[in-house]
Amino acid sequence: MNAIEFFSRHGSEIAEATLEHIWLVGATMLLSVAIGIPLGILVARRPWLSKPILGSANIAETIPSLALLGFLLPVPWLGARADRITITALTLYALLPIIRNTAAGITGVDPAVREAARGMGLTSRQILLKVELPLSISTILAGVRVATVLTIGVATIAAAVGAGGLGEFIFRGLAMVNNQLILAGAIPAAALALTADFLLSLLERRLRPAR
Amino acid sequence: MSIATNANTANEAIIEFRNAGYRLPDGQVLLKNVNLTVGRGETLVFLGRSGAGKTTALKLINRLIDPSEGEVRIEGRSTRDWDPIELRRHIGYVIQETGLFPHYTVEQNISLIPRLEKWPAARIGPRVQELLTLVGLDPAHFMERYPHELSGGQRQRVGVARALAADPPILLMDEPFGALDPLTRTEIRGEFQALQRRLGKTIVIVTHDTSEALLLGTRIGLVEAGELKGLYLAREFLRSNEPVASAYVAQLHALEVFEKDK
Repeated sequence: MNAIEFFSRHGSEIAEATLEHIWLVGATMLLSVAIGIPLGILVARRPWLSKPILGSANIAETIPSLALLGFLLPVPWLGARADRITITALTLYALLPIIRNTAAGITGVDPAVREAARGMGLTSRQILLKVELPLSISTILAGVRVATVLTIGVATIAAAVGAGGLGEFIFRGLAMVNNQLILAGAIPAAALALTADFLLSLLERRLRPAR
Repeated sequence: MSIATNANTANEAIIEFRNAGYRLPDGQVLLKNVNLTVGRGETLVFLGRSGAGKTTALKLINRLIDPSEGEVRIEGRSTRDWDPIELRRHIGYVIQETGLFPHYTVEQNISLIPRLEKWPAARIGPRVQELLTLVGLDPAHFMERYPHELSGGQRQRVGVARALAADPPILLMDEPFGALDPLTRTEIRGEFQALQRRLGKTIVIVTHDTSEALLLGTRIGLVEAGELKGLYLAREFLRSNEPVASAYVAQLHALEVFEKDK
């Protein structure tokens, strides 16, 4: 059975797994952006918080992904559903690049610009929303892009706890020593990662402020 | 006549330093025991070397920093009793690198404070045009441009227009013409002098350039090592025999010696 035949026969199954995968990644990215950007702002505004926050995100990054899923299993509410555990674990991984880039973007704003904004009588909220965030948006998006690509790859382990996604094929293929099955998971995952990378880099370029 | 006008208006102190000093948290003294008043419509120039404390003095006025000793009073009220946002919107601020917002057009840069102050749109548009014309830029040509598309001189003009946007009675300028080439600097300075006479704002300028101080200031405050070493009317300054002042004046005459040799 050649590859084309395989893909056409399992087309609907692959499509379904791809959608599951996109849902896991999408939910993770929404959550990690919602948590990561405020944390990044906090790191930029309160340098003494930088060590504890970045340190924790760094540690999360170093826990092997399968082990992290294992650790989360006994947690109440979270452990009750496979997708909850998966999204939580993936979010913990995605946070670091988002926090780091948000903080770097904001601290990288020209001090003269910030000084002028303060001197003109902008409140610190207005400085954040009208000056710092717009000027660091492309740096922040670069972090989101790295996190998204990373998440698409790591999300394949969701299958280990039964949360579905393209990892299903990979795990099944490994168990059955069937390369075609592994590729049925790996190729769409790679395609997803490349597409997300491309689309986000377009957006990043569009939003980059003129210099 | 001009002396009489000065004397009258000087009675009404718009800015007043009372034993004002500023110390960093680590104890380093940046400014100590400054006493002076600036009257309505007057232009005071803080002249001194880099790091002398001039900018510190300026930042005390719009409460970018709070005095560690004494107080600074604006229109009779200590800066500590002003809401800092209200105070800063009451005072235009121009800095050397202009600090124009790179992601905003010229029009958006100038109209930011009027927009935040919720001016009606019908009033903002004409105001931006008026200001651009005032600083010598054609509104039709410049409104939609971004700062990076402008020359240094044009950016500086936009910086001045932005500071004047909400018509503040006080204007602070920190080395406003310092980043410009000498020819542009002379040109803009000249225009600014004309503007100054027309607007009648109370202005405080920080510079290390003696000729700039003499051209723009009605009074000159010499700042050295965190202290106000002297306060002179601009024309007194040239004739002063005090060593601190004459050092600056000597620097001014350095070129004339060169001319004689020729």
